[in-house]
Amino acid sequence: MNLAYYPGCALHGSSNDYEQSLRACLETLDVQLKEIDDWICCGATAAHSLNQKLSVALPARNLALAENKGFREMLAPCPMCSMQLLKARKALAEDEALRRSMSEIVELEVRGDTQVLNLIQLFERIGLDRLKAAVKAPLGSICAACYYGCLLTRPASVVEFDDSEQPRSMEKILEALGGKTVDWNYRTECCGAGMTMANEQTVLDLSHKILSDAAAHGANCLVVACPMCHVNLDMKQPDIERHYGVRHAMPIYYLSDVVGLALGFKPEALGVNRHFICSADLKVSTADADLKAGAVGKA
Amino acid sequence: MKPENVCLNSSSVVPLVESLAQTQICDCYQCGKCTAGCPMADGMDIPPTRLIRLLQLGHAKRALEAQAIWQCVSCQTCATRCPKSVDCAGVMDALRQLSAERGVTTRKQQRTVLFQKAFLRNIRRNGRLNELELIGEFKFSTFLHGRSLSFLFKDATLAPQLMKRKKFHLVGEKAHDRAVVARIFARCMDNSLL
Repeated sequence: MNLAYYPGCALHGSSNDYEQSLRACLETLDVQLKEIDDWICCGATAAHSLNQKLSVALPARNLALAENKGFREMLAPCPMCSMQLLKARKALAEDEALRRSMSEIVELEVRGDTQVLNLIQLFERIGLDRLKAAVKAPLGSICAACYYGCLLTRPASVVEFDDSEQPRSMEKILEALGGKTVDWNYRTECCGAGMTMANEQTVLDLSHKILSDAAAHGANCLVVACPMCHVNLDMKQPDIERHYGVRHAMPIYYLSDVVGLALGFKPEALGVNRHFICSADLKVSTADADLKAGAVGKA
Repeated sequence: MKPENVCLNSSSVVPLVESLAQTQICDCYQCGKCTAGCPMADGMDIPPTRLIRLLQLGHAKRALEAQAIWQCVSCQTCATRCPKSVDCAGVMDALRQLSAERGVTTRKQQRTVLFQKAFLRNIRRNGRLNELELIGEFKFSTFLHGRSLSFLFKDATLAPQLMKRKKFHLVGEKAHDRAVVARIFARCMDNSLL
């Protein structure tokens, strides 16, 4: 499989561990990523908060760059980027006048017909059966709270992915890899997103609730598919613990981390050792007792 | 005449909000579902349902000056759950844009506004976000706007921790064709606003 790749700023910045693990997985699964030549930032929250036109133009430029190279599909592993790209794509597809004016603004003809996939969708496209067949180390000791956050499933009319209230797509992947998942309440609640710097208290409060609820439902790790969620739940976790006087010690994995572990990669090869919360004591092994009694695949 | 007096006239603001957000304010029948699901509603001076009501009643100035529009985390829950398909998150975006353009953001909201502006300046300059530059620029601009020294240095310990994890680069990536990025910005917005 060949597809365009839009890493976005986070995956080439402080979330480069996410890129490391997804590249490792996809290489093994025979997916060739072609990074879009000279891509630019999608504008994120700053653009859609301060200028509506810019928040369409920046992703439109990236869509145009991919389209002009003949790509029909694009992977955008950051849900903020992928939502911005999809929103622009939808607006462009529905409005010919906008397509014309945006083509002038971004100095490239843009049609808005490139499919934009998030990482979960790409794994689905590869197929659960193929993933299952490639497993070398079933995730026996993982009991994950799959955390979707906001933009993977919202706004539903834009991203058109899974169920915005009760998504299950990550659970299905985890279970195919031999892991267990828990039912919990905060799977689609917000972690505070891009407020990490500007409004830290919001992040501490919202992320603390997420971590607490996951632990209360018996999870021994969280699995995310978003660099911002990872920053708020992992990097900020020591601050959350200090602020609330609690100890969460909750490892936060990217979806590609757990897929990579199941495919037999060492944690270091995936960048898991570069997370803030050490997940070393969470052993992933086939020999684990929880493979017994058919517990695998059930919460 | 001060810009506020010209632009806060509600008869001009509400259609602008509707056209930016591509939504109909009058469709809202005040069920309160947006506020019920909003993770920030507890601490908001004017929760989402009431913001929409203010716009329906023509009190645009109060809506534009609400702290709430800058407390919103753009989680899109309100827009997704609205039974009348009012894009409440889009309305929040529109109110933020109009409030920033008209300079009616209050001091309490400044930090978020300064962050978003520093973010856009950073992209305009580099094409891609340079995190280290952004943090420096944001901290410095909050300091110039009267924030304490302690806030200026608050996250300084984070840098070595990120570097240790190879998550941070002193020199960030830049897009090659940065001139086109600057031109896109110029065609979309008044650059003096940043």
